[in-house]
Amino acid sequence: MDLSGLYESLSALPVGELTAWQSFFVKFYRAWFLNDRWLQYFDGLLTTIEVTAAALAIGVALGVIVAIVRTAYAQRRPGTHNPLLAVIDFIFKVYVTVIRGTPMMVQLLIMGFVVFSSSRNFTLVGALTLGINSGAYVSEIIRGGLMSLDPGQAEAGRSLGLSYIQTMWYIVIPQAFKTILPSLGNEFIVLLKDTSLISVIGGKEIVYFARAIVARTYEAMFPYIITAVMYLIMVMAFSYLQSILERRLRASDRR
Amino acid sequence: MIDVKGLTKAFGDHVVLQGIDEHIYPGEKVVIIGPSGGGKSTFLRCLNLLETPTSGTITFKGVDITDPKSDINKHRQKMGMVFQHFNLFPHMTILRNLTLAPAKLLHKSKSEAEAKAMQLLDRVGLADRAGSYPSQLSGGQKQRVAIVRALCMEPEVMLFDEPTSALDPEMVGEVLDVMRSLADDGMTMVVVTHEMGFAKEVGDRILFMDGGVIAEQNTPAEFFDHPQTDRAQAFLAKVLM
Repeated sequence: MDLSGLYESLSALPVGELTAWQSFFVKFYRAWFLNDRWLQYFDGLLTTIEVTAAALAIGVALGVIVAIVRTAYAQRRPGTHNPLLAVIDFIFKVYVTVIRGTPMMVQLLIMGFVVFSSSRNFTLVGALTLGINSGAYVSEIIRGGLMSLDPGQAEAGRSLGLSYIQTMWYIVIPQAFKTILPSLGNEFIVLLKDTSLISVIGGKEIVYFARAIVARTYEAMFPYIITAVMYLIMVMAFSYLQSILERRLRASDRR
Repeated sequence: MIDVKGLTKAFGDHVVLQGIDEHIYPGEKVVIIGPSGGGKSTFLRCLNLLETPTSGTITFKGVDITDPKSDINKHRQKMGMVFQHFNLFPHMTILRNLTLAPAKLLHKSKSEAEAKAMQLLDRVGLADRAGSYPSQLSGGQKQRVAIVRALCMEPEVMLFDEPTSALDPEMVGEVLDVMRSLADDGMTMVVVTHEMGFAKEVGDRILFMDGGVIAEQNTPAEFFDHPQTDRAQAFLAKVLM
């Protein structure tokens, strides 16, 4: 007997007469196969991936800019004064403080229902909010990496006549990247999982569809476990890729 | 070649250099010695503005490089620097360490820069390590590479900031040999060191720094045999036992 036939015959029986395994099967069938619901999870998965990618792009771009400006300001030549840099540094400091000092969920609610209350594109608003949120954390990770490098490295670059930008680009950033990669990967995983929050403002990712299916089947276990497994698989796949990259970057210190 | 006038440097309230006037002539080998905390390294690092002077001017080949309008990157190309802790770039091969700056700044082609680097590397006996990474080299080898890295920019003056202080004793000699041969070639050198033998042998002039001033200066022969000041006498008594 095929699955749908089995389901038809079992669901026709009164609930009380099913064995535990049969009732498991019926619930799982409703959460996954019935009405091609599994397609909805993959719809949601696609949105999750899109939102993560967009938020990551925004977050890394913002994070790099904020980190470089704040590092440049912190390491400016003593005695020189650049009022523009000072103002931008102050604005970025406020940005990092506000974003890190308020919950992600509250930021989403404010962005979704206050700032962009007239927008219907909840997914995009969610991605933007996540990106802005992530940028604050990424900037602190990058800043830590840039500041933690032995100052002698930058001095060696500058003493050869390389400019500040060249020294950053060829000497400081490649080394800092290696040290921040684990934290950056961690931040990426947090970001991936935080996309689940955008369902509160109507973003149509996995959790959104899982909740819709729960609402229709009155059965919570399987939709949410399926959701959890999907996140777990994504995170494990990413961690694997990250470990490959880290091993490759470590090539120069092992020899 | 380098003219220093009224140089002072303070880190917050802590005054490290209190007014230094000095001139370094082309081809001269100036050796700076003195007790720790006397301002030797700070003075050297002020010469290529790795430390920004609090006041005073430094004139390099007729140009005031302390003037914010002067292009310090251009001047630094002509002033090679060797650090106590080598500061090689650990993520690059030796050859790339040597060719990075020449390729970016001297508008040399990759092959030109590499040919020059290999020639200099050969001179310090490390041509076979061109493809290695810094972590695979001993301290003495790293410092010889660091000297070559500075030389690849074809500098007119070389600044050495305690180049042998971080080395195991048996590796000091190989680095001093390279510096000696550089001196024989007529390079202008300013060397901060604790190697009194090297100072005596190679130096044209000894600057004895203590308490943020040049307390005494003289030719090596005079300085080591007849130190004039009490401070220099006390210092030499301790190091030349």
